[in-house]
Amino acid sequence: MKLIMAIIKPFKLDDVRDALSAVGIAGMTVSEVKGFGRQKGQTEIYRGAEYSTNMVPKIKLEVVCDDALASRVVEAIQQAANSGAIGDGKIFVLDVAHAVRIRTGETGETAL
Amino acid sequence: MILARPMIRAAAATGLSLFAALPAWAQDVATQAASMPNPGNNAWMMTATVLVLLMILPGLALFYGGLTRAKNMLATMTQIGAVAALAMLIWVTYGYGLAFGPEGNAFISWGKFFLSGVTPDSTAATFTSEVISEYVFISFQMTFAAITIALVLGGVVERMKFSAVLVFAAVWLTIVYFPIAHMVWEGRGLFFTMGALDFAGGTVVHINAGVSALVAAIMLGKRKGYPNEPMPPHSLTLTMVGTGLLWVGWFGFNAGSALEANGSAALAMINTFVATAAAGLAWMATERVVGHKGSALGFCSGIISGLVAITPAAGNSGPFGAIVLGAVASVVCFVFVARVKPALGYDDSLDAFGIHGIGGMVGAIGTAIVYAPSLGGPGGADYAIGGQIVTQVSAVAATVVVSAIGTAIAITIAKALTGLRVAPDVELEGLDLGEHGERAYN
Repeated sequence: MKLIMAIIKPFKLDDVRDALSAVGIAGMTVSEVKGFGRQKGQTEIYRGAEYSTNMVPKIKLEVVCDDALASRVVEAIQQAANSGAIGDGKIFVLDVAHAVRIRTGETGETAL
Repeated sequence: MILARPMIRAAAATGLSLFAALPAWAQDVATQAASMPNPGNNAWMMTATVLVLLMILPGLALFYGGLTRAKNMLATMTQIGAVAALAMLIWVTYGYGLAFGPEGNAFISWGKFFLSGVTPDSTAATFTSEVISEYVFISFQMTFAAITIALVLGGVVERMKFSAVLVFAAVWLTIVYFPIAHMVWEGRGLFFTMGALDFAGGTVVHINAGVSALVAAIMLGKRKGYPNEPMPPHSLTLTMVGTGLLWVGWFGFNAGSALEANGSAALAMINTFVATAAAGLAWMATERVVGHKGSALGFCSGIISGLVAITPAAGNSGPFGAIVLGAVASVVCFVFVARVKPALGYDDSLDAFGIHGIGGMVGAIGTAIVYAPSLGGPGGADYAIGGQIVTQVSAVAATVVVSAIGTAIAITIAKALTGLRVAPDVELEGLDLGEHGERAYN
C-alpha cells in the first residue's frame, strides 16, 4: 500500500477530487495548511503600511491506495492540480505498513 | 448665537437678532410668543440629533473597532461608548453653560448650569427668524461634544487605561472642547466674530479631535512593537459597516447644522453625498497611482476624509466645489497617512490626526475657496477669497494651539491620577481581557 500526500492550490481541490474519483479512489483526507516554497508569501498593505505574510494557504490531500493504483493516482493529481505556475505544489509517495478498518477490523488492502 | 455658517453675509444682522432671541425664555414674553418653534424644523433637528448618535454608536465604534487587533476590539468600542455617555452628562451639567451660556466673553460663557431655567417652551435661535426648542438644540450640540471626544480616542487606543480615558475625557471636554465650541459657534465667540466659515464643525470637531489625538498619542507613547510588528486591522468588514453608518449619520451632522429643514440643509445634504463619493474613489485612485491595489480600507479612509473635509463647507459650497474639495482632501490625507506619518514615526494608531486633523485643515482652508460664487459657492458678489483664507488659517492656527496645550494638560492630569498606560502584560494580552474581563470573540 502507498500513502500519497499532495500539497496543492486550494482552488484545484475539486478538479483533483474528480480526477481521483475517475481512477477509482473512494476516499481521501483533506486539510487546510499553510506553508511556503518558491512562491514565497503575499504582501498586504493597510493605509500604506506593508506587511508581508510569508505563509501561503494550501490544501494537503492524503490518499492511501494499493500499490498497483499508486502511479495512476499520482498522475491524476499531477495533471488535475497543474496550473503551470509556481506554487502548484508537490506530491509525495510513502510506503504504508498496515491498515485497519475500525468498524469491521478488516486489515490490509481490504480495509481501504 | 449658534453656528458659524452665515457669518460672511449676516455677521452684523444675524448676530444681533440671534442675541435678541437667545434669552427669550426669561425676559421677553412678547418675543417668545412671536417665535414658536416650527414643528417641521423641530422634527428634523430631533432626527438629525439621533443621526449624530448613530455616528458614535455603533458607527465610530465599529469603524475604529475593526481597525484594531481582535484582542482590543471591546476595549476600543467600550471606550467610545463610555466617553460619549460621560460627555452627555457633563454637557447638561455645565458644558452647555460654558459653551452657550447667557453670560460670557469671546472665549467662554457661563450660566444655565444644570440647565437651570430651560423649559419645554424655551427656544434657541436658528440663522433666520425661526427658532427651535432649546432642549432639541441642547441635545443636538450634546452629540457633537460626545462624538468629538470619541474621535480623539483613535490616536490612543490599544494601550490607554480605561480609567485614564475617562479622566482625560472629562478634563479635555472642560478645558478644550467647551471653549472652542463657544469660540466658533456662539455669537460672542472669537472665531465667530472673526467671520470664520465653519458650517458643521470642521474646526471644533475634526481639527480639534485630530490635533488632540496627535498630542495624546505622542505623550502616551507607541504601542509595544510598533512599527516593527504587524498590526493589521482585525476586521475590515466591520470597518466598512462602521463607515456606512458614519456616512448616514453625517447627514444629521452636516444638514442638521443648518438648524432648520430648509434650503441650506438641502445644500449641505447633497454636498455630503458628492464630496464623500469623490473622496472614496480618489483615495483608491491614489493607491493605484503609487502602485498599490485599490483597497477596501482605502475606500473607507477616503469616505471619512471626504466627510471631514466637507463638514466646514457643507452649506458653504456648490456641489462641484464640494466634489473637488473631497477629492483633494482624500489625496492629501493619503499622502499624509501612508507617507508622512511613517517617516515621522509617531503612533497615531487609527490615524485620527492623519484623517480628521489633516482632512479638517484642508476642508477649513478649502471652504474659503469653494465659498466663492464664481466657483458655484453661496458667497455674495463682493466675496473675497484671499481675505477669507487668512481668516480661516487664523481660526485653524488658534484651534491647533488651544487643542495642543489643553490636551497636554488633560493627559498630564490623567497620568497623575491613573498612571495613563496599561501594564505591558495587559497590552500584550489585550485590553479586552486586561481592562474589561471579556473577549470580543469566543
